[in-house]
Amino acid sequence: MEQDVNRKEVGTVKHRALLVAIGLLGTVALVASLSVAAAGTKAPARAQSATAIQPPAVPNAKALKKKYGGVSITFVGDAAVGQSHKRDQMLVKKFSQQTGIKVKLVPHPSASDASYSQLARNFSSHSSAIDVMMLDVVWPGAFAPFLVNLKPALGKQAKLHAAGIIANDTVGGKLIAMPWFGDFGILYYRTDLLKKYGYKSPPKTWTQLGAMARKIQAGEKAAGNANFYGFVYQGKAYEGLTCDALEWVASAGGGDFISGGKATINNPRAAAILNLQRSWISQGIVPRGVTSYDEEGARNVFASGNAAFLRNWPYAYSANQTTPVKGKFNVTVLPHGAGKSVGTVGGWQLGVSKYSKHKPAAIEFVRYLTSPAVERFDAIFNSNVPTIPSVATDKAVVKANPYLKPEIAKVVRVTRPARFLKGKYNQGSQIIYQGINQILNGQNATSVLPSIQSRLNRLLR
Amino acid sequence: MTPTTEATTVGRPRLRHRRRRSALQRRQTRLAWVMLTPALVAVGIVAFYPLGTTVYQSFTDKQFLALEPTKWIGLANYKDLIHDGIFGDAIILTIKFTVITVAFEFVLGMIIALVVNSNFKGRGVMRAMMLVPWAIPTVVAAQMWAWMYNDVYGVINDAGVRLHLLSHNVAWISQPNTALGAVCAVDIWKTTPFVALLLLAGLQVIPGELYEAARVDGASAWQQFWRITVPLLRPAILVALIFRTLDALRVFDVFYVFFGNRADTQTMSIYAQNTIINGDVGYGAAISVAIFLIIGLFVVIYVTFIKVEEQ
Repeated sequence: MEQDVNRKEVGTVKHRALLVAIGLLGTVALVASLSVAAAGTKAPARAQSATAIQPPAVPNAKALKKKYGGVSITFVGDAAVGQSHKRDQMLVKKFSQQTGIKVKLVPHPSASDASYSQLARNFSSHSSAIDVMMLDVVWPGAFAPFLVNLKPALGKQAKLHAAGIIANDTVGGKLIAMPWFGDFGILYYRTDLLKKYGYKSPPKTWTQLGAMARKIQAGEKAAGNANFYGFVYQGKAYEGLTCDALEWVASAGGGDFISGGKATINNPRAAAILNLQRSWISQGIVPRGVTSYDEEGARNVFASGNAAFLRNWPYAYSANQTTPVKGKFNVTVLPHGAGKSVGTVGGWQLGVSKYSKHKPAAIEFVRYLTSPAVERFDAIFNSNVPTIPSVATDKAVVKANPYLKPEIAKVVRVTRPARFLKGKYNQGSQIIYQGINQILNGQNATSVLPSIQSRLNRLLR
Repeated sequence: MTPTTEATTVGRPRLRHRRRRSALQRRQTRLAWVMLTPALVAVGIVAFYPLGTTVYQSFTDKQFLALEPTKWIGLANYKDLIHDGIFGDAIILTIKFTVITVAFEFVLGMIIALVVNSNFKGRGVMRAMMLVPWAIPTVVAAQMWAWMYNDVYGVINDAGVRLHLLSHNVAWISQPNTALGAVCAVDIWKTTPFVALLLLAGLQVIPGELYEAARVDGASAWQQFWRITVPLLRPAILVALIFRTLDALRVFDVFYVFFGNRADTQTMSIYAQNTIINGDVGYGAAISVAIFLIIGLFVVIYVTFIKVEEQ
């Protein structure tokens, strides 16, 4: 009897423990999902005065209203997080009000590959559900057969945009997408440390960067920071490394990986710069762990005050404002070797589906969104990098985006070889970044580059 | 054979039955089928249809965004797969990972389950706390560990150097000789609680009288464990091992967060995913079928092994 009572008691205790467990689980899951959601809305809070600026008027609106008023199109715009979606809503509202063309705005999935497969499915089924869509800078090659040639209608406006991006969006002589906003690689450097070690200006060449990094590192280590490094970047085996490696190779005069449909990556200049990067890791100027760093992995080393130089995208500028290096860093163009300084292009384009039922109206919408006035609005409102050089030098734009100082914005933009690899871009990029990652992990570039080259050529056949 | 009077009274149609079954039973059987139908349809749509499609596509040259129609190419994908060294490496890596993690998780899980099964103050809180690692989404946990492993600002290096366990910071994830250990540690940390929970459930149904009787007979704690606990725990052990082995063989997230697409750290699932994303859907489907068969093989091994022991 007594035992029975005991057992019951144990039973209730068990029950309570289970409840506690479930409650704790729920709390942890909630916290975790919230932190994921917070991480997803990485869009930095910047440009406080941004709210003041309004979307520009649509040129020639009356004529458009007469021609296309009442037509309805669907636009797959930016992901539903942060200011980007709000920008889309404001632009769509303005355009619809003034032209009478109804635009249904649908945000794309925030993960780039999910967005890619959404469009791939849409095109595979010849669906007319999407009229205008955002395209990553490396997709035009893959989607070209399914997109309208915008050259006849928008060729003149395209001339305003950076030539490198227009080349990227031109497949087989057809302009199949218009640049909307961009990104490009830049060099972050510690102003306080350069001054401390007697340097008046940031490095112009890779050799200079190596020498400065070595000297600063030695000094900081002697001063007590055993974990100080010279230079960090994105060295993990992923898309980011293809971008970084393109900058090294192109700035050393080693070409753009693929040229005129043939792989060119296996050349002495490419091998030399890649082996230089490898030697920095083995000498400890660059941390050994760099081969597993992505954007944030590299930025955190710099932001925690443990590196003199960082290669990253413009987003890191505002992201670093809340870290210990605030006010102690600046940006400039990346160094160069035998070639010129370059920056790999990232960013988004706008295309019109071949299966759209309202192509002319859709093209007019793209004309509006990729106009200088809208790019200026986007740059100030949402701190996106304009693809039109004249907008990038606009005073108000530079004020909102300090990394757009003319001497930086004018850097040569290089594009990843997507227009040659087309639908096989992912595969090609994987061959490149896996190979480069092997080099950084210790293999000699002269033994890895020939295999990258032959595998790329097999894809290109 | 005539229908029972009961059946005729409720006006059921005459059915020829070999076996004698009451009308109530038949009615219940029919009701069961009716009630099961939605579930069966759901399983058919979400499980059998995709599986069938995958098997079908593995015999084709289907490409993402291809302009030419898909062709039936028979066993060509599977012939390529047999000679595919990358897939071979992926199988070896995945099995290494599975053996290491499942072994550690099982031993540690068993110890934890035995501890929290005994009577002590704060046992309820303890049981709740041990589940915390398991409650964190794997991708989040993996990213957290990646930062902890970092060779510049990671807490593991910092603590190791301060405590003089390490002479200098180690790039745990980047170096080939520490990479597998690093990734296994995360999985063990994360899923040991799950194994412990399953084993704990098994321990709780073992009647206390058995231990009392054993004590009266003078059995030592060690004997009690091997003669009572382990045999009676066998079903729970089987469930725990099958669940963990299946999960480990499909591992994707930790490896993907840690290494991206590094050539020497591709698991079977990462290779399948890459192949499909790269556009080669047919070959990717063949890889997926191969993974399905490999996992199936492990399940068969477990089930037969444990059954033989029972006899």
